[in-house]
Amino acid sequence: MTEPLSRDDVAHVAKLARLRLTEDELVRYTEQLGKILVHAQDLSSLDLHGVAPTAHPFGLVNVVRPDEVRASLDPAPVLAQAPDVEDGRFAVPRIVGEAP
Amino acid sequence: MMLPNGWEMVVGLEVHTELKTKTKLFCGCANEFGSAPNSQVCPICLGLPGSMPVLNERAVELAMAIGFALNCTIQDSTFHRKNYFYPDMPKDYQVSQYDLPINARGYLDLPDGSRVSIERAHMEEDTGKTTHLGTSGRIHGADRSLVDYNRSGVPLVEIVSGPDIRNPQQARDYVAELRSILVAIGASDGRMEEGSLRVDANVSVHKPDTPFGTRCEIKNLNSLRSLTRAIEYEALRQIDVLEDGGSIRQETRHWDEDRGETSTLRVKEEAEDYRYFREPDLVDLAPDQAWKDRVLAGLPKLPAQRRRDLEALLTNPTDAQRDGVTTVVDLDLDLYVEGVAQAHGDVALAVARAANELAAANEKLANLSVANFVTTVAMEQSGQLSATQAKTVLGELLEKGGDPASVAKAKGFEQLSTDSLSATVGELITANPDEWQRFKDGDDKLAQFFIGLVMKATKGQANGKAVIAELQSRR
Amino acid sequence: MKSALEIAAAVRGGQSALVAVEESLTAIRARNEELNVFLYVDEDGARAAAARIDEQVRRGEDPGLLAGVPIALKDNLCTTGIPTTCSSKILEGWKPPYNATVVDRLVAQGAISMGKTNLDEFAMGSSTENSAFGPTRNPLDPARVPGGSSGGSAAAVASNMTPVSLGSDTGGSIRQPAALCGLVGVKPTYGLVSRYGLIAFASSLDQIGPFAQSVSDAALLLEVIAGHDPLDSTSLPEPTPSLLAHVADGVAGKRIGLVRELVDGADEDVVRAVNKAVETLKDAGATIVELSIPELHLGLSAYYLIAPAEASSNLARFDGVRFGNRVDGEDVTAMMEATRTAGFGAEVKRRIMLGTYALSAGYFDAYYGQALKVRTRMIEAFATAYQQVDMIIGATTPSVAFEFGSKTNDPMAMYLNDVFTIPTNLAGEAAISVPFGTGEANLPIGVQLLGPGRSEARLFAAARVLEIADGRA
Ligand SMILES: [Mg+2]
Ligand SMILES: [Zn+2]
Repeated sequence: MTEPLSRDDVAHVAKLARLRLTEDELVRYTEQLGKILVHAQDLSSLDLHGVAPTAHPFGLVNVVRPDEVRASLDPAPVLAQAPDVEDGRFAVPRIVGEAP
Repeated sequence: MMLPNGWEMVVGLEVHTELKTKTKLFCGCANEFGSAPNSQVCPICLGLPGSMPVLNERAVELAMAIGFALNCTIQDSTFHRKNYFYPDMPKDYQVSQYDLPINARGYLDLPDGSRVSIERAHMEEDTGKTTHLGTSGRIHGADRSLVDYNRSGVPLVEIVSGPDIRNPQQARDYVAELRSILVAIGASDGRMEEGSLRVDANVSVHKPDTPFGTRCEIKNLNSLRSLTRAIEYEALRQIDVLEDGGSIRQETRHWDEDRGETSTLRVKEEAEDYRYFREPDLVDLAPDQAWKDRVLAGLPKLPAQRRRDLEALLTNPTDAQRDGVTTVVDLDLDLYVEGVAQAHGDVALAVARAANELAAANEKLANLSVANFVTTVAMEQSGQLSATQAKTVLGELLEKGGDPASVAKAKGFEQLSTDSLSATVGELITANPDEWQRFKDGDDKLAQFFIGLVMKATKGQANGKAVIAELQSRR
Repeated sequence: MKSALEIAAAVRGGQSALVAVEESLTAIRARNEELNVFLYVDEDGARAAAARIDEQVRRGEDPGLLAGVPIALKDNLCTTGIPTTCSSKILEGWKPPYNATVVDRLVAQGAISMGKTNLDEFAMGSSTENSAFGPTRNPLDPARVPGGSSGGSAAAVASNMTPVSLGSDTGGSIRQPAALCGLVGVKPTYGLVSRYGLIAFASSLDQIGPFAQSVSDAALLLEVIAGHDPLDSTSLPEPTPSLLAHVADGVAGKRIGLVRELVDGADEDVVRAVNKAVETLKDAGATIVELSIPELHLGLSAYYLIAPAEASSNLARFDGVRFGNRVDGEDVTAMMEATRTAGFGAEVKRRIMLGTYALSAGYFDAYYGQALKVRTRMIEAFATAYQQVDMIIGATTPSVAFEFGSKTNDPMAMYLNDVFTIPTNLAGEAAISVPFGTGEANLPIGVQLLGPGRSEARLFAAARVLEIADGRA
């Protein structure tokens, strides 16, 4: 069986997931994730054409709430839990790049 | 506008509108603009661990109303997570509709008769608001940013048009029409400057009968003026690049209103990998016919129909009158004009007064009843008030309320007596013998000259029609 | 320690709630250092709650079905003002501003939270070895694991620190530790218990459920926490089923399926216990039907794509911006990377990466998309089985409690521990693990009873038959 994922794949995925890996970790995770994905290949061989995917176990629909205001949190204790705060706002270092 | 050398522009618009609900899309925090930072947050809209979303029924109904108004198919829909890390997005994913939006395949007819297709109009949540600290106030060069999550989770509907728009004016008309529909159905307050209506434009150029060119997406178009300027600038920029033998790369560009130009924001080197998947914390939406019917039944008459109905009250409306009707509908002044029509008054005059005097004091309309407007227009029409006086009376009514007759009296707008008018006209003829001779010789334009003098002499109290009658009788 | 039912009856009858609380605190002091069960003991809060309940009784009010019952909460349940860590460094020191719905329901019925118990970080694991705050030891043999991920909550009950506790079960995280610690553990029907305030691992699979020494206590606790919650969109709308009232219903006339795939590959002692349980149920009047559900073999693969995929998204919010720990960086991306790299343990990173990969462009259809279709197959296969039988019996785990470190180097070996429990989560159905007999080293064995959605009452009745036969009540 071919290697299901490469070192570069793992590096790319780590970047997407905002994780930094050491060289050792990169090697180890490539091997471990590979093993798991090889096991998962028993799924890819199945013919599941025409089978609908299940995202939810039960088919509940239209679960909504009335448009009624509920009390918000007191901002002070919420901000007190944050790593960095300025001027009633959550502070973060320089943002590089715009949101999509 | 005409593009040089036979180029044609192709524009598609993505309009995000905040919905006018009492609460956010997935939590009970107030959906209000301008509160103290982070005062409208809870575990859900802050994305705290363990919190879960529950969909706002009213937001769904407003989204459906938008679908109906845009002639869309309202279909069973699902919610997905769009995964990307960004500090204004508390969960680091946005809950949005992806392959199954609530509204699909509609269209919007513009006043000029053109039709723009709507690909979809789907629900999603808004982000928090970031303030960039540093010299420029913009993201580049900022050392630090501050996030306020009051806007986080505010319901949005994203309306995506087909690539059907061919010039900046059409883009403007599309957004203006869309905006008045959204306001009319109560889905949005339509305030572009507050960001409750936001427009992104996808612009490309090509020669007719060739495939579409590579498009660039322009962000930050927060007024109709920015929209038309940015589209025009961007199309010309692309043509310059192409005519110089270059090629357009797909990118997101920022519109700088002060400089009047677009600049590169982000190059789409590789397709973004948002890892969309069904939001497991929400169930599907499958509105039954009864629910859809209820929403449809609650839909008011749309602006296009309202304009048609008002224009039908005018005989052979001029362009200026049509513009007046558009203003009347945009500002929801239909009832005033309809009141005049019902009283068999002068509808054209009513449109003019509504589109000007009432439009200028839109926020004070509570002081002016339809009946008082009808009376004022009738007084002007009968010559009891001059145009200037009628405008003054309307201004006073809007400012302080009251009834037209008392206001006119208090202002001293009594009709000049026929004798007094006659005397004034006689004095002015004596003082301007040359002009009077020319008028007598048949130069009708000079009637305006004398009306002007009479108005000046009577401080606007004279009635133009009465002056003309007096002049004619002496001719 | 007395059962929850006995304590509640005594307190409602006028005995001070402090008696059970002090007894619990004494048991915690005796062994918590050795076993590492509680990450946080709310001594003052528990005493204050006991005093309030005593006051209620004095005023003639009924403090509720769990009056004065000490309970341990898995530390992935949010508790207002009380540290909630998910056994992760990234959340160390965080105090939620709100309670999970289950916590509110417990308090409303007079239960007293003794504190928060250890787990595999973010509930990812089967041994509680993945905790950032050290492993929990199995009270029955401290050289062995208690199972996981709800190892702390299982150990709390197994060591008599509390009569009952709450855990969460995403792929077996209640039933497996219940089996390994000799307890009753329940994975309720998906949507029966509100997930609001449960820090999500895999949202479409997670359910909160009880640990108890007895079937009756488990039924009582589930009855208290179950029921519709408007704060959880996936919460079932039907009223809470009556459970405790049906515990003694027995299995006469019931058809029970012995499913080969839920026994195959288990150790001999485990297979023996399941066979003996089958005989016991037959003697009690049930008809046994031997079944094969080949789709169950696909469960593990589907689970190890679906759960990490959802987890990769659920755990994105741990970014150092709004709560929890931050490690600084020169820009916001660097800060988020440094925070997550330092804050998450190896297993969590492994699953986040696996899930990110399974969802990423180009692989979605082959992995995540395919797994969701397998899930459909699994549901259909169970439905077919339930046309023939009222419930299914099998093993909970392939073996009794294993020793520390024996599976930590090979993730796949660890994952195989959940092979019998995972299918229930994928199908969103109900299952109970009940202790039945002992195996290697005289350690307990868990037998698993599975049923369709909302079949808990039926499963409790069967479990009760086994409990009596096992001499436990
Ligand atoms: Mg969008
Ligand atoms: Zn909120």
